[in-house]
Amino acid sequence: MQEIWQSLVQAVNLIISLDTEVIQISLRSLYISALSILIAALFCVPIGALIHFHDFRGKRVVINVVQTFYSLPTVVVGLLVFLFISRSGPLGGLELLFTPAAIVIGQVILIMPMLIGMTIGALNGVDKAIRDTALSSGASTAQAVLAILFEARFAVVGVLILGFGRAISEVGAALMLGGNIRGYTRVLTTAISLETQRGDLVLSLAMGIILIGIAMVVSVIMNILLQRY
Amino acid sequence: MVILQTVDLERHAGTAMLLNRVNLSVDKGEIFAVIGPTGAGKTTLLRLINLLERPTAGDIYFDGEKITDPSINTIHVRRRMAMVFQKPAVFNNTVYENVAYPLKVRGCHGKTARSDVYNLLEIIGLGGYAKRKARTLSGGEAQRVALARAVVIKPDLLLMDEPTANLDPGTVKMIEGLVMEFNRDRGLTVIMSTHDMQQAQRVAGRVGVLMNGQLVQVGKPGDIFYAPDNARIAGFVGIRNLLKGYIVRNEAGIAVVDIDGRYIEAVSDLPVESAVEIYIRPEDVVLTTLVSASSARNNLSCTIRSLSPNGPLCTVIVDCGFPLEALVTDRSAVEMRLSQGQEVYASFKASAVRVLPSMQR
Repeated sequence: MQEIWQSLVQAVNLIISLDTEVIQISLRSLYISALSILIAALFCVPIGALIHFHDFRGKRVVINVVQTFYSLPTVVVGLLVFLFISRSGPLGGLELLFTPAAIVIGQVILIMPMLIGMTIGALNGVDKAIRDTALSSGASTAQAVLAILFEARFAVVGVLILGFGRAISEVGAALMLGGNIRGYTRVLTTAISLETQRGDLVLSLAMGIILIGIAMVVSVIMNILLQRY
Repeated sequence: MVILQTVDLERHAGTAMLLNRVNLSVDKGEIFAVIGPTGAGKTTLLRLINLLERPTAGDIYFDGEKITDPSINTIHVRRRMAMVFQKPAVFNNTVYENVAYPLKVRGCHGKTARSDVYNLLEIIGLGGYAKRKARTLSGGEAQRVALARAVVIKPDLLLMDEPTANLDPGTVKMIEGLVMEFNRDRGLTVIMSTHDMQQAQRVAGRVGVLMNGQLVQVGKPGDIFYAPDNARIAGFVGIRNLLKGYIVRNEAGIAVVDIDGRYIEAVSDLPVESAVEIYIRPEDVVLTTLVSASSARNNLSCTIRSLSPNGPLCTVIVDCGFPLEALVTDRSAVEMRLSQGQEVYASFKASAVRVLPSMQR
């Protein structure tokens, strides 16, 4: 217990002293996950809106399938992307394996089902009368869609924050696709995993605290947004 | 000049027929009320006109243009109309942004647009509310915002779907006043649906009765409420005394109708022996304890069967050989000491009796 407490104190000191490696890893984690959520949002919010606004055969099945993939295991995503981008894979020529880009690809695939499904849910929460009001006010279909998205803005932002949380906290894809290369693809989760195995509990704890801090900030922002919604 | 016309308009939902061959014509600058019971198809009719739904059959002409044509530019047509819904939907934004929305989607952002919005907010009595969140408004305030949002673009046609349902009497009066003001000052054509018959009489120049998806009668409020075309409409517009009989005499347009052995005089040109249905509005029946000295042609002795006080009014059912409903003020009922079993006289004018040929003898 004494050892844990001492490690914790040292970890806090490491953060306060702005240890270069800790800061670099943290910023890399933030950068990679932010990029992942940005790219995923660009695809997933429109796809979610498209599914929501169109009635087609099998819509319910599509939504169920999307929801099933919410809990896609990170290592399975890592494995699948690995098969594609490894030297012998169909995209091997792009030499993406063990680069930050590979981690981004993995995280985007990981959070896509969640973003699509929850965007549909967020839009479902908007009163149907908003669509009629927008259209009868003279809005084009695209303007009406934007009006509905605007109505669901807090919920959609909540979805994006949740997606970011899932991306930054995953370890499987980052480890398998990034390779945990020091100064290049090492992110908070892979670093914690490695340093714990190596016995550097202080560094692991420092990064764990930062990761929890990020999760807390994310949760606080989301709660504020949901209260406003 | 006709601004809107529907020709054999139909809308089906599965096997249910929501609208059945509706032929409606609305003139420019008039307020036209569509009345009918819940589920009659009023909302469907307005949504079809606003092109929010497509008809199953039939056509709609707006300002001479066939707007049900698939090749028509829907947005262009909608931008000449506006609609206020029963449940006021406000965007989760400020009151100003809500009212300005139709201008925004038309690309109008200038100074004029801004002053138009502020002017309208003053007119609807929400001058100081521009920056307030629209979601925090009361139902009545939200409906006024919806009305301002509808008229801000100065539409050629305003559609209103039960705009005052569930609102307090003060707000109802205000919204009716605003609609009549916009109609008078801007020449705004209005088609409004309502199930409030008094509202239709107060606001509309003409009224259409929609029942089971069919437009069964169109006319001035007086025609609809005092001379309904059939028993179904009469029942809906509040005429309680629906009686069947036949004409035994007719002299100079005053017919004598035999109702179960009692004679009622009525204004009618129908020939002797015609089987008829007659309607008398309860408020046209006057009850007295002595034989009435009034000029009313009908004075029937009768017995009070029941009294039902209803706020300031009291509904009295009397037996004249047939049941007859009369409406008296509660104060009159007390003053006359009306009671069950009491002998009274029911009098009403021949012109208060609506006579229609009966479908069956």
